[in-house]
Amino acid sequence: MSSDRTLLMRPSPAARESLSALTPILHRVVERIGETNDITTLALEPLEPPSMNFRCGQFNMLSALGVGEIAISMSSAPHERMLRHSIRDVGAVSHALCQSSVGDLVGVRGPFGSDWRVESARGDVDQRDTVVVAGGIGLAPLRGAVEELVRDTQRGGGRIFILVGAREPSQIVFRADLESWKARGAKVSLTVDLATSEWDGRVGLVTTLLADAGFDATNSRAMLCGPEVMMRFTARALIDLGMDPEGILVSLERNMQCGVGWCGHCQLGPLLLCRDGPVVPYAGLVSQLLTQRER
Amino acid sequence: MSTAMKDLVEAHPFMTSMNEESIELVSGCARNVVFAPGSLLCAEGGDADTFYLLRRGQVSISAHVPGRGSVVIETVGAGDVVGWSWLVPPYRWTFDARAMDAVGCIAIDGACLRVKALTNPSLGFALLSKVSMTLLERLQATRMRLLDLYGDHRVK
Repeated sequence: MSSDRTLLMRPSPAARESLSALTPILHRVVERIGETNDITTLALEPLEPPSMNFRCGQFNMLSALGVGEIAISMSSAPHERMLRHSIRDVGAVSHALCQSSVGDLVGVRGPFGSDWRVESARGDVDQRDTVVVAGGIGLAPLRGAVEELVRDTQRGGGRIFILVGAREPSQIVFRADLESWKARGAKVSLTVDLATSEWDGRVGLVTTLLADAGFDATNSRAMLCGPEVMMRFTARALIDLGMDPEGILVSLERNMQCGVGWCGHCQLGPLLLCRDGPVVPYAGLVSQLLTQRER
Repeated sequence: MSTAMKDLVEAHPFMTSMNEESIELVSGCARNVVFAPGSLLCAEGGDADTFYLLRRGQVSISAHVPGRGSVVIETVGAGDVVGWSWLVPPYRWTFDARAMDAVGCIAIDGACLRVKALTNPSLGFALLSKVSMTLLERLQATRMRLLDLYGDHRVK
């Protein structure tokens, strides 16, 4: 493929500095991992360095050339060599991305939005327990943060509790990472909605993992990502256990399009989630917005 | 009834906010039991003469489905309660409850407690309130699971 469009998407390093956030940069698929029957992770590398700097929880606009563009959170950590995105095959663009092969080109715009604030406000390691609650593919936007947190525990950071809910055992993503985090000291608990005969773990809502997880709710923070109803119920359960609502972050998803707060497609009340989110504090405004019906 | 048993009963989350008299009455119907991994706490169709306050371990609640075997509907653990069929006629278990690992619990004689609840309305109301709360939590969790939140709900 050698259209003008492709040339435009391969800027020189100097020109790249001045490119607007609306111009996709071409990346090559260097690894493709099938996580589940409908979730694929793509590892991407820019055609020309440098690689992207980003913070855990932010997202990129990925374009499948000739098909369209969608918002996908990074599932890698900034310190990892490769830029990874985990994509669920649910529409035309995500289907095209999931069907990508190693060597294919993908357009990348970003990074956009807010992050999980892995480090404390002062920029040092947070001493509090961190409760990470993920539902389904919600673990993907949290994966990078967990990687950073697990590293931080070795530098004196607080304990990490990773609670994961999935529809069924085959839908649990990042199994190798879950094992690795467990081996490095994180407490990992899994539950599924529908058990299969091979599953000998817990069955039920992810909120049922909270009570006996073992964290100190009064000295903890939480990072939640998954279906909004799940996050709402989990946040309420954490508050009931004594957690400060200010310490609860949720990752919200709307129809992100421009990524820079211009188009308004991702509006949630006064927030433009591509700019003010996707990671927002649950306390106050967001807790109210999440109970309002869409019009 | 031993003081140790009363302490165990009182320490269980199900008994939170119950008054001293109620705790004593419940403790009089209680005994401490353990179940080895894989053993049944109760079996579908059997007499529901007991309910269990779980102190440690995990218990699966399951039903036998022809062609699929034993299907686990949910799991419960320390701090949870297993069984409310002891409270309503015909006092028969509707599911299997099986220890997933070593389970320690307080087994409470349902018939004994029913008699005490009938003669002591305060205890009866406290028990019904607690059981209702547990039922409500389980019902809400079941409703949430019926929403199939993690499923693929795009319009096809």
